[in-house]
Amino acid sequence: MKTDIILAGVGGQGILSIASVIGIAALKNTLQVKQSETHGMSQRGGAVLSHMRISDKPIYSDLIPKGEADLILSVEPMESLRYLPFLAKEGYIVTNTAPFLNIPNYPQLDEVLKKLNTLERTVLFNADELAANIGSKLASNMVILGAATPFLNHINYESIQNGIVELFSKKGDDIININLMALQIGMEIANKVLD
Amino acid sequence: MQKVLLGVEAIAQGAIDGGISGVYAYPGTPSTEITEYIQNNKYAIEKKIHCKWSANEKTAMEAALGMSYAGKKALTCMKHVGLNVAADSFMNAAITGVNGGMVVAVADDPSMHSSQNEQDSRYYGKFAQIPTLEPSDQQEAYDMAYYGFQISEKFGVPVLLRITTRLAHSRSVVELNEKLAENNVSLPKNPRQFVLLPNFARIQYQKLIANQKNFIEASNNSKYNRYVDGENKSIGIVACGIAFNYLMENYPDGCPYPIAKISQYPISRKYVKRLSEETDKIVVLEEGYPIIEELLKGILEKENVSGRLDGTLPRIGELTPDSVAKALNLPTKYGWDIPEIIENRLPALCVGCGHHDVYKAMNIAIATYGDGRVFSDIGCYALGALEPYNSINTCVDMGASITMAKGAADAGLIPALSVIGDSTFTHSGITGLLDAVIENTPITIIISDNESTSMTGGQESSAKGKIEDICLALGVEIEHLHVINPVKKNHEELVSMIKKELAYNGVSVIIPRRICVQKNRRDVKLRKVNISNTKKK
Ligand SMILES: Cc1ncc(C[n+]2csc(CCOP(=O)(O)OP(=O)(O)O)c2C)c(N)n1
Ligand code: SF4
Repeated sequence: MKTDIILAGVGGQGILSIASVIGIAALKNTLQVKQSETHGMSQRGGAVLSHMRISDKPIYSDLIPKGEADLILSVEPMESLRYLPFLAKEGYIVTNTAPFLNIPNYPQLDEVLKKLNTLERTVLFNADELAANIGSKLASNMVILGAATPFLNHINYESIQNGIVELFSKKGDDIININLMALQIGMEIANKVLD
Repeated sequence: MQKVLLGVEAIAQGAIDGGISGVYAYPGTPSTEITEYIQNNKYAIEKKIHCKWSANEKTAMEAALGMSYAGKKALTCMKHVGLNVAADSFMNAAITGVNGGMVVAVADDPSMHSSQNEQDSRYYGKFAQIPTLEPSDQQEAYDMAYYGFQISEKFGVPVLLRITTRLAHSRSVVELNEKLAENNVSLPKNPRQFVLLPNFARIQYQKLIANQKNFIEASNNSKYNRYVDGENKSIGIVACGIAFNYLMENYPDGCPYPIAKISQYPISRKYVKRLSEETDKIVVLEEGYPIIEELLKGILEKENVSGRLDGTLPRIGELTPDSVAKALNLPTKYGWDIPEIIENRLPALCVGCGHHDVYKAMNIAIATYGDGRVFSDIGCYALGALEPYNSINTCVDMGASITMAKGAADAGLIPALSVIGDSTFTHSGITGLLDAVIENTPITIIISDNESTSMTGGQESSAKGKIEDICLALGVEIEHLHVINPVKKNHEELVSMIKKELAYNGVSVIIPRRICVQKNRRDVKLRKVNISNTKKK
């Protein structure tokens, strides 16, 4: 059993934290993990991409082959579409619908969302808004992670919660709790859509 | 013990566990985190392992060689183009050989994710005629750093450890070995080993040549190289470094073709020979230039070999599991096309960055002279080549801004401007400035000083607080040396300053100085952490 996830976003949006939590959880479940990430030029407001691979068998390639990602998990709507060649025919897109506007020629948001809506298997919602509702816009990435939990196959929800506790352990209980709340909200939304 | 490590971190941990006494490096993607990992490693800090940044790759390589001379194990790291800067030292270190073990870790960047070319450092390994290691995964990256020092000490030569971006920046679980002790100081047994006067150098070179058969023997017996037999002899595959993983990705239950997995060079004659004898045709999978392919094919093309040269694989760029699948005629999958509405997010200068103010002023000041006279360099400020500024005309290699401006001025393009960052200035700009000062060449040099090596993540800049002194000491006239804070309210002043110096028929240096926004943010954060730590104590 393997799960291949494309993590997408823009530099500074916290996709590497998402990767860390999933990574911690996968290892606790004695699964194999490989996770590649973009550094360098692309971090200066550029697109950021991480290939995350989890399996109970050895993983060879650090890169996911095209057409094999089970999930595109994105904290930004346009970014989720950038990696469509990687998505498996039966794969899902889980993405934030709040755009990150740092370029002058960002396409019409309607067009982006329309394109997303033409795809069958999607979970789309405004994670920034939901995170703001619980008092921390910064936890938007954890809402997105929450929405990914139904797709993580051999990693259960509790392991992800523990991953958050471990990752944010130095930051104190308040931060941990907000992130756990964000996770919960995301998970509930995804389950509603999938039902 | 196990740890989850990036490929580069695995090298760092392997070197620490292998008993290094120092790492010497200049930052450069994707090699930077090797040194940063050691700088932040508790054990390394306790042991006072040297880990301060060097001014450039050449000074780093030489310091590592010095530590090796003194009997201790030293690591030096750089990106591929950094090895060009250090090449003089590197090539000659192969001749002197080492005393304490020395590993040269070089990170190549095929596909040029953040580099100006995609040169393949394995050529340097071959050029210097020393053993070269190329890990296929994070575990091998760790092991090769660890054992690299032993190989180095066994053969008495530096060892090149080459990785590429993909492995450098991908993490996985790594099994750690027990920690080895550092060496004690001990002088080389042969007092002339490091004295490369022609007479002694010839002797040393003879030794290196005589050693070649041992290197090949080591490759034949290396645990990093192996022959994996397969039933289908229509193809034999040479899989170098990370290419082995892309191959296995396509055959998770075992590859039907025989494979020579190559991770230690010079290439194992034994395995390649067997492939040639037992299979109809050889396909070479290598991340980088078609070095092995060219070697096997030869000018006479007596062997049926394919790879990047005949279009079986793309000639340029990094390998992917998909390109390897296509090379082996395997079916590939594909999701959906990228919709046309998707726009690129080109990297851009951060909001509030001082380089903005510099280019705004410079564009106005230079307008009357006409286009095409701004020679720039490598760093965040190179983004001035893009919209909205379109300010700079060159970005070639570190330090080239000053020297190219000089050459252009010598040719009659007067005035010529140079735009260089503070870290790039200390890396390779100082000597060029001396050239210009000696001839009083009419160039205006803007050292856009953000007190940081920002492009690579904000490392300390060795020039900090020293730039004016350096310029004056080199002979820049004090009337033509200016420092200014590049902020909005000083815009007019900066414009007229540049105008005035462009009109001067000699060397001028203008230093707009304001700390990098990102560096400042990180420094403030660090200070807060430090303060709260002291309070706790
Ligand atoms: C020979 C070489 N070494 C290292 C690098 C990687 N590199 C590119 S830009 C840069 C730092 C530039 O710092 P600075 O000149 O201060 O400009 P800033 O990015 O801070 O604006 C480095 C280390 C390189 N391209 N070439
Ligand atoms: S990282 Fe610093 S130097 Fe680079 S663009 Fe941002 S503010 Fe400017």
